[in-house]
Amino acid sequence: MGTILSAKGLNKNFGAVMAAADINVDVEEHSIVGLIGGNGAGKTTFINMVTGYLKPASGTIHYAGRDITPLIPREITQLGICRSFQIPQLFGTLTVRENLLVALGIVVLEAKKFASAATLRTENVDAIADETLARFRLTEYRDKLAGYLPEGVRKLLDIAMAMVVKPQVLLLDEPTSGVSADEKFVLMDMVMDALRADRVTILFVEHDMEIVSRYTHRVLAFYEGRIIADGEPDAVLHDDEVIKYVIGNIHASATARGSSHAPA
Amino acid sequence: MNRSDRTLVGLGVALPVFLVAGWFLPNWLQSLLVLALGKGLVVVGLVLLMRTGLVSFGQGLYYCLGAYAAVSVGRIFKLPDSILMSDAIVMPLFGGLVAGVVALVLGFLLANYRAIFFAMLSLAFSMILYGLLVKMSVLGSSDGFNLAYKTVVGITVPAQAQLYTLYAVSVVMVFIVAFALHRYLRSHFGRLAEAVRDNELRVEYMGTSVRYVVHVNYVIAAVLAGLGGGLVGLSIGHVDPDLAYWTTSGEFVFVAVLGGTGNVAAPILASLVFEWIKSAAYQYAPYTWQMVLGICLLLVIMFLPAGLWSVFKRGAGRA
Repeated sequence: MGTILSAKGLNKNFGAVMAAADINVDVEEHSIVGLIGGNGAGKTTFINMVTGYLKPASGTIHYAGRDITPLIPREITQLGICRSFQIPQLFGTLTVRENLLVALGIVVLEAKKFASAATLRTENVDAIADETLARFRLTEYRDKLAGYLPEGVRKLLDIAMAMVVKPQVLLLDEPTSGVSADEKFVLMDMVMDALRADRVTILFVEHDMEIVSRYTHRVLAFYEGRIIADGEPDAVLHDDEVIKYVIGNIHASATARGSSHAPA
Repeated sequence: MNRSDRTLVGLGVALPVFLVAGWFLPNWLQSLLVLALGKGLVVVGLVLLMRTGLVSFGQGLYYCLGAYAAVSVGRIFKLPDSILMSDAIVMPLFGGLVAGVVALVLGFLLANYRAIFFAMLSLAFSMILYGLLVKMSVLGSSDGFNLAYKTVVGITVPAQAQLYTLYAVSVVMVFIVAFALHRYLRSHFGRLAEAVRDNELRVEYMGTSVRYVVHVNYVIAAVLAGLGGGLVGLSIGHVDPDLAYWTTSGEFVFVAVLGGTGNVAAPILASLVFEWIKSAAYQYAPYTWQMVLGICLLLVIMFLPAGLWSVFKRGAGRA
């Protein structure tokens, strides 16, 4: 397996806050990588830099051997890197199906620029939309307006839209936040099944350590803009620094929220 | 699918009805209808912009350009009397073309702005045109000039048939526009208008340019405004700089709100209703006609917030 995504010496600060401090990561093709860390640790900043929304102050990002650091989000999408959002970014006044049709329509319109558009034709856009709805179990919401959906469904649609572009690399920003505890695994199973079939490389931000250890091959732990641990999930989740700075934080904040349960 | 077919069938049925019925209408009503259809085209363009999430308070710019264009080119370049300055089809089309070219240029700037900034910038450009026209003596300064047509695609029209001919030309143009726009809004690119209005970030992250979508729809709206202006100029037989004044642009926004954005026919319907209310109010309440208009709009906003077209939609939903 080769390296598909390679970040070298990424730095980014917002005023005095270091959002990225000398980030060096190579991501293997077809791997599933979890990004963990407390609030403000730099996970989303990393995703934003990879997808071109933020420019690093220094450092480079290579995708499939090509320097994508200077590119803007739509060019990076066209090359095959897509993302979902922590807060789902949907077309609220359109129906679920129309949201997918817009996404597919863009691939048809920009077919010459999209790396993955070869198989997509105007004639089969409708069929692909329906198939995607079925795959993500969204068929019952087909004609509902996206602005009025339950949060879990919005998350799924957000991910489904990122998927129709057939990306090589998919970045999911907190796919299970706002989803109830018993639905989390159902959602992740569905997403992972859909993605595994296409052999997509996945990076996802997650706060739930159970999900991280179950679904990832590798975990990157962020703290104050640095990667403090990088390796197999078991090793990283039992690392002393990670327990002190990342997992400890999450538990502390979970209990601080006033939950009556004893910390696990 | 069904709904789109219904619109197309409706358009197909309405076209001959309009053409035949128009023949029997009194002259004053024919000319009122041309006025309403011409302004309706401007509002159709405005509604397209609204679907893209933008409200222009400056469509008067393109409306005025469309009305002035053909004869102005003749006057400025001292061209001999030709089809450009006296044809009921060539003149509005030329008006639409000029409007489109100007919009293509201004669009590079305006496509960067949204909301109130877009509204005010578009208003500013229309007022610049107003200011220019008032100072241009070759175009009649603040008095403007008269214009008339004698031919349709080069064929001379007898004087007594002129009004109906212009009416028929307007009806056909409006129907072609309505049909084309209806198709456009259901195309992949047309659908992006609402997507841009809802969430620009997502559109960019799906892999296409928001600016490009805005720019294209801005140009289309301008072409429609130019076309409509050309028709209205011919219908009144006179143009003056007031066509570019901001109150004219405001009236288009008024009509757009009156009709709603539900269907391509909504702005045309609203424009017909608006001209009718305006002329009736003018006749029966000559000193308070603006108040009558204001009250009408207030009633529509309170009871039909999605515009006049929602009356039809609700009916269709029950059936």
